[in-house]
Amino acid sequence: MSKYLLNKFLFTIDRDPALVERYRAEPVATVDWWEAEMANRILNCTVEEQSTWLAFTDEERAALRTQNHVALFELGAHPFLTLTLFIAMFERDHGPLEYQLAYGAAMKHLSLPYPDIAT
Amino acid sequence: MATVAAVIASTHHPFYYRASTSVGEDRPPFADEWVAKIEAFRETLTKAQPDVLVMVGSDHFHQLWLDNMPQFLVGKAPFYDANWHNEEREFGLPRMTLPGQEDLSSHILRNGLDADFDLAFSNELRIDHSITCPIITLRPQADLPIVPIYTNIFAPPLPQPKRFVALGKAIREMVESWPDDKRVAIIGTGHLSLELGGPRQFGEHGPDPDFDRKAVDWIASGDIEGCLAEVTLDSLHLPGNATHGFMDFMLMMGVAGEGVRADHVDSLDLFHTMEAYFTWYPNGVPA
Repeated sequence: MSKYLLNKFLFTIDRDPALVERYRAEPVATVDWWEAEMANRILNCTVEEQSTWLAFTDEERAALRTQNHVALFELGAHPFLTLTLFIAMFERDHGPLEYQLAYGAAMKHLSLPYPDIAT
Repeated sequence: MATVAAVIASTHHPFYYRASTSVGEDRPPFADEWVAKIEAFRETLTKAQPDVLVMVGSDHFHQLWLDNMPQFLVGKAPFYDANWHNEEREFGLPRMTLPGQEDLSSHILRNGLDADFDLAFSNELRIDHSITCPIITLRPQADLPIVPIYTNIFAPPLPQPKRFVALGKAIREMVESWPDDKRVAIIGTGHLSLELGGPRQFGEHGPDPDFDRKAVDWIASGDIEGCLAEVTLDSLHLPGNATHGFMDFMLMMGVAGEGVRADHVDSLDLFHTMEAYFTWYPNGVPA
């Protein structure tokens, strides 16, 4: 399990407008490309000095491929990262605050304590 | 020596800029009341006549990332560019460039390290809405030099609440020992109860109005002891999953001092979260 890698995916997609659009339009292809090409990049280092060991679990990969924000929450992804990226991708399809309210309503079955987000 | 002209603690609501500048059908019904409260709050800083602003906030995964995460970081740079693409996208925040007060940054870093706070530093820091929201609300002309101080309230493991209070006390002492005859306002922003990305987000009020009332009382009365007796890293999960931002209010209580009542207290119950505004004048209320 790699909460860190889930967060790294959400973080690096969110900050790149082209990747936000690519993930919105082609989630499976984007997740697969990102895991193969980007997952091991250390953000402040050159490509030649990247990591060698980072990979998603099957459950994490499935949650990202299906853009399932409830599953990401349950896996311990940082809720701020998920919310910010998902608003960027999907708020445009809804009326004011409609998406944010539906996003929370989809998690109504969850109770405290929430999954641990420590990485 | 420098004078602490004002101590200010506030929520930082990224929607304020858009709400306050929108017109016609786009203007939310609560905007006029919100603007009136902010303008009264702004006056508390204006009349303190500050020369320099020490700004306490927290990066929201913009420049600081999990591969290298500081707990407390002081900016030391001649300028700070501000606001990030996703804050323009979601909140409509403008880009800004603020001047830095580098000699005060150096003073805080040296004296903080010598006082056993292992402060990280940054010589190129792009700041986010935790610092620009209070610039927009309190000093929209953005003309004063700043020292940004970031705390980690966001990416666990986090420092303990008592550590935030202790750092606040130390910042107060360090500003007062700065050998420059300037008037410094110390401004920090955090949250009351807040839920982001969880089932309790975007409700009619903040997720825990009882916590919010209690928190406002702690801050307004300077009840550090009572606050520390109830608030722990674990307890802050209960009012809402982003409530650890309250620890930046606790830091500001440390700046203001134990048992020191705020001279200006205001709040506004909004959807999603309660706004709260506090000003102390350690050297007397300005005329």
